[in-house]
Amino acid sequence: MSSVSLRNIVKRFADFTAVHPMFLDIPEGSFVTLLGPSGCGKTTTLRMIAGLLDPTEGEISIGEQLVNNIPMHKRNLGIVFQNYALFPHKTIHDNVAFGLKYRNVSDAEVKRRVEDVLELVQLPDVGSRYPNQLSGGQQQRIALARAIVIKPDVLLLDEPLSALDANLRENMRIELKRIQEKTGITTVFVTHDQSEALAMSDKLVVMSEGRIEQVGAPKDVYDNPESSFVADFLGTSNIIDVNCESADKSGVCVDAKHLGSVCLPREKARNASAGLAAKLVIRAEKLYLVAADTPSDLRSSVEGVVETVDYQGQAVRYFVRVGDLQLQALNMIDNQPFNEGDTVSLRFRPQDCVALKGEG
Amino acid sequence: MGWSIIRVWTVAVYLFMFLPVAVVVLLSFNDNQFGSFPITGFSFRWFIELWQNDAILRAFKTSIVLGALTALISTILGVLASLALVRYKIPGRNLISTLLIAPILVPEVVLAVALLLFLNFLSFHKSFLLLLLGHVIFTLPFVVLVVQARLVSIRRDYEEAAMSLGANPVQAFFQITLPLLAPAVFAGMLFAFTISFDDITGTLFWKPGGIETVPTQIFSMLRNSISPEINALGSIMIILTVGLPLIGVGIARRIAMKQH
Ligand SMILES: Nc1ncnc2c1ncn2[C@@H]1O[C@H](COP(=O)(O)OP(=O)(O)O)[C@@H](O)[C@H]1O
Ligand SMILES: [Mg+2]
Repeated sequence: MSSVSLRNIVKRFADFTAVHPMFLDIPEGSFVTLLGPSGCGKTTTLRMIAGLLDPTEGEISIGEQLVNNIPMHKRNLGIVFQNYALFPHKTIHDNVAFGLKYRNVSDAEVKRRVEDVLELVQLPDVGSRYPNQLSGGQQQRIALARAIVIKPDVLLLDEPLSALDANLRENMRIELKRIQEKTGITTVFVTHDQSEALAMSDKLVVMSEGRIEQVGAPKDVYDNPESSFVADFLGTSNIIDVNCESADKSGVCVDAKHLGSVCLPREKARNASAGLAAKLVIRAEKLYLVAADTPSDLRSSVEGVVETVDYQGQAVRYFVRVGDLQLQALNMIDNQPFNEGDTVSLRFRPQDCVALKGEG
Repeated sequence: MGWSIIRVWTVAVYLFMFLPVAVVVLLSFNDNQFGSFPITGFSFRWFIELWQNDAILRAFKTSIVLGALTALISTILGVLASLALVRYKIPGRNLISTLLIAPILVPEVVLAVALLLFLNFLSFHKSFLLLLLGHVIFTLPFVVLVVQARLVSIRRDYEEAAMSLGANPVQAFFQITLPLLAPAVFAGMLFAFTISFDDITGTLFWKPGGIETVPTQIFSMLRNSISPEINALGSIMIILTVGLPLIGVGIARRIAMKQH
């Protein structure tokens, strides 16, 4: 187990820059997720940590050791590939034992460790089978077993769940997290799936176009996005152009078209300054629809007309027209959902909103 | 009407191609001492005489040794070349690939003369080594084609997984890539052996005096007389050059099936 640190890492392919100068600390024993849309440089970053790609610039350290010039087979890493990459000509036992061959482990010890790890991934009886005789989910577990049986310093996973179907994916997500917590291995997980990222990580790294957009605990990043990219990519947000009216130590007030003046606590508007353009972020699930004649409460309120109703079982997504704005609201269904054409009142609490610097 | 003509024509073509072969096999078991029709009885006498003919046995041994060495060298070179071409971004990759395949496209006579002239120019003499070199050049493209096709389909992440687990690149190759490549390597090797074994054009140009391979031996025997032994030899050649690749393909399939 070791920490990982990236110092000023850059990766260029010919004249295309896939990763711009990047600094990242991955604490020992933590579960860190690189999250971002396809093509944002997650795999490239992971492959540089693995030693499959050389960074164009910068330094990578694992533990105390600078690893730039250490070939991957000497880095003691566990890697789980997207397609599992189980060796098709070796039995499951030989697949799992593969890394132990290069580690001075006695035969008895190999036997014990392979048994233990197959137990850990809950597949104790498949040792004599070949990979093509296992289901996708089972192959996934074996790939994980093969990577952790060598007691790696760091476990690297590149979209390991994306080849599984939805149900299995959620089970494996819980399973993976359980195993990571039990073994305590420092883990770097790559995904473009925000629910995986939010559910599993200790630390979330949101990336876009080769740059880190925001780093933090999942709840922090979700509640306090620092850019409209993060606000938009994590969950569903209404992002509205506003003017910042006033800003002082206690709070910030913005003037939003149709919504009137909205006053936020200062920690929800760190970068907004008075007199400048800003963006107001309202999460779709923090925007509540109530009947038009509901008496006003402590929440801000605005009237609108329901345009589209997207029924989702336990929840419903509304698209509501307010003047020239279209706002999205994601509400749990209480008794009866609203219908298209209904006039409703939209309610939200200013402290649930975030104000960002304009044009950012 | 039209179809039945095509059918008759097809049968005629096949007869034309395979009847001579069938006749050779048939006559090799004929008791008649002139090695021609009529068939007077079934016998193995020509095979036994063949076995007692020193010149033929020598030629046979030469062909086997030549074929085996050709197969070995071609396979090693072919696998290395394929690895370089598929796994590494070497400059001029397309040109090298074309050059490696070219000997298939160039008429064999041209290739034979060219190599001979070239070595004359370097004032090398004809030797067994030259013969071997010629056969390697001539069989290499087949190995490269077969191995390359398979290598392209073996995903890189198998090797990457092996290396991440602690195998160095050489260990990863022998532990992972080579076993996955085995069916193609095996097929390429058999190709090389069979092609070398029944090659005559190049061999006639390259072989030093006094050394005969089976095909050149048959050729020189035919100049004197048509001995019935040749029929027997022909039968053995047919079994070897048809049977070996068939067995090879069968084994390769068996291996490949176990992996997928
Ligand atoms: N070997 C390469 N050569 C050139 N461009 C590459 C190479 N590998 C990745 N890229 C580019 O780098 C960018 C980031 O790729 P990648 O790290 O795979 O993204 P992600 O894993 O986030 O989807 C992409 O635009 C991709 O096209
Ligand atoms: Mg990727």
